[in-house]
Amino acid sequence: MKKASIGNPFISSPYVVWSAIFIIVPLLMVAYYSFTDANGNFTFSNIAALANYKEIFLTSIGYAAVATLISLLIAYPLAYFMTKTKLSTQGTLMMLVMLPMWMNFLIRTYSWITILANTGLINTFLGKLGIGPLQLINTPAAVILGMIYNYLPYMILPIYSVMSKLDNSLLEAAGDLGSNALSKLSRVILPLSMPGVISGITMVFVPSVSTFYISQKLGGGKNMLIGDVIEMQFQSSYNYNLGAALSLVLMVLILICVAVMNRFADDDGGVII
Amino acid sequence: MKTLSRLYIALILIFLYAPLAVMVIFSFNASNSTSLFAGFSLRWYAELFESEATLSALKNTFILAVLSSVIATVLGTVAAVGILGYKRKWTKSAVMSATNIPMMNPDIVTGVSMMLLFVFIGKFLSLKTSLGFTTVLIAHITFNLPYVILSVMPKLRQMDFHLPEAAADLGCTPFKAFFKVVLPNISSGIVTGFIMAFTLSLDDFVISYFTTGPDFQTLPILIYTMTKKRVTPDMYALSSLIFLSVLVLLILFNVSQSKSNKRSHKN
Repeated sequence: MKKASIGNPFISSPYVVWSAIFIIVPLLMVAYYSFTDANGNFTFSNIAALANYKEIFLTSIGYAAVATLISLLIAYPLAYFMTKTKLSTQGTLMMLVMLPMWMNFLIRTYSWITILANTGLINTFLGKLGIGPLQLINTPAAVILGMIYNYLPYMILPIYSVMSKLDNSLLEAAGDLGSNALSKLSRVILPLSMPGVISGITMVFVPSVSTFYISQKLGGGKNMLIGDVIEMQFQSSYNYNLGAALSLVLMVLILICVAVMNRFADDDGGVII
Repeated sequence: MKTLSRLYIALILIFLYAPLAVMVIFSFNASNSTSLFAGFSLRWYAELFESEATLSALKNTFILAVLSSVIATVLGTVAAVGILGYKRKWTKSAVMSATNIPMMNPDIVTGVSMMLLFVFIGKFLSLKTSLGFTTVLIAHITFNLPYVILSVMPKLRQMDFHLPEAAADLGCTPFKAFFKVVLPNISSGIVTGFIMAFTLSLDDFVISYFTTGPDFQTLPILIYTMTKKRVTPDMYALSSLIFLSVLVLLILFNVSQSKSNKRSHKN
């Protein structure tokens, strides 16, 4: 049967033109600036200068990977426990998980300073017990905590949405066939929830590896990430060409990560939001 | 096991809400510190409504969110209908890959790449600065579009394509058929897309930060400038108010939804 059509394909042309100008051309601009100097002459010096930032790239990837892993370890049991509650409770819990995301990201991060500072809430409390003060703020741990705090809902959401659709009769069948709770988890629940895990990992890793605000505020300038370096090139030292080269590498890096992750999700590959 | 899982859920929720609680408590602080509580006062709420910069940033943020989400919704919905009609598979996958780029790329790369385009054009036209309201608006429309398209697309796929044909057979022009048949069928997808676009635009900091000029400040950018120095509790007061309004809106939305659910069960 011939598939009926609902509209002339031609009507998408305003969008096609828009995305060509404002999505594709800007990416070409990044490439153009990466390979030219301030006068517009072709050069490899920006790319060569990237070698100086190897450490920072590795640090960013390391921090983001740790934050992603911890988020996964926190979110997975949480999503599982949530599916075991009453249906109405599940709706409320889901709303409670999402609600903080509606709060401005900068303010949410900033209020951690009040909690973690040397004269902050935790150290005041510890001081009353005769401990400390501990150095909590301006440490790598604080930066990683900031990442986990800000992006944890992005891990919980996709995992929960996959798990809540899990067919309960599969678990019953596994039980009838002699599976205990542990093997039910490892042989039924875990493989079936993989698409949620994959999209959770991407949704936490990508913003974590590219952040600059969290490291600025909670890292105190000592824990520079690649986002900080890029931000500096564009907003304070005005070296657009180096900034473009750094962005290009960051983009390629993330595209590779996403492509690798999507390999694992041989499902329909759609991102669950 | 049940108590253990409840305890776990409670712990995570405490983690998620601790900074928000801090924010609300310190918005009532009598002193101007965000770390030492000196007693209850409403002075920051009063000061908030006297600050010219805050009010104009709030207004800018709303204008930007409304304009960008409306334009993105119209452009994106029309695009989705067109894309679904593509005959060749490769054109469809090419356009959809381009659509996915702003969602996959980190915000900083999206922001920086658009900034480079605007700066390049500005240099070409030898303008003093090309960055301002127009460029942020373009940037917001661009990052909103994929969310609209991806929420409308599934609804379109679910629709029976013979309906608009039937409408045409009964004498509708394609234009009329679109408004009478297609639009009502995909309206829930359009609304979801619009709400997502609106909230993303309201909340965006990174992309605005790179694409705006000195003359146009949104609330997140104002907050950023303030957190560069020392934050006074008026920002906490403002954030508490925003949080409260979001909370009220969500509760109203949920109540009305559960009511309409009950009604549809009765019928």
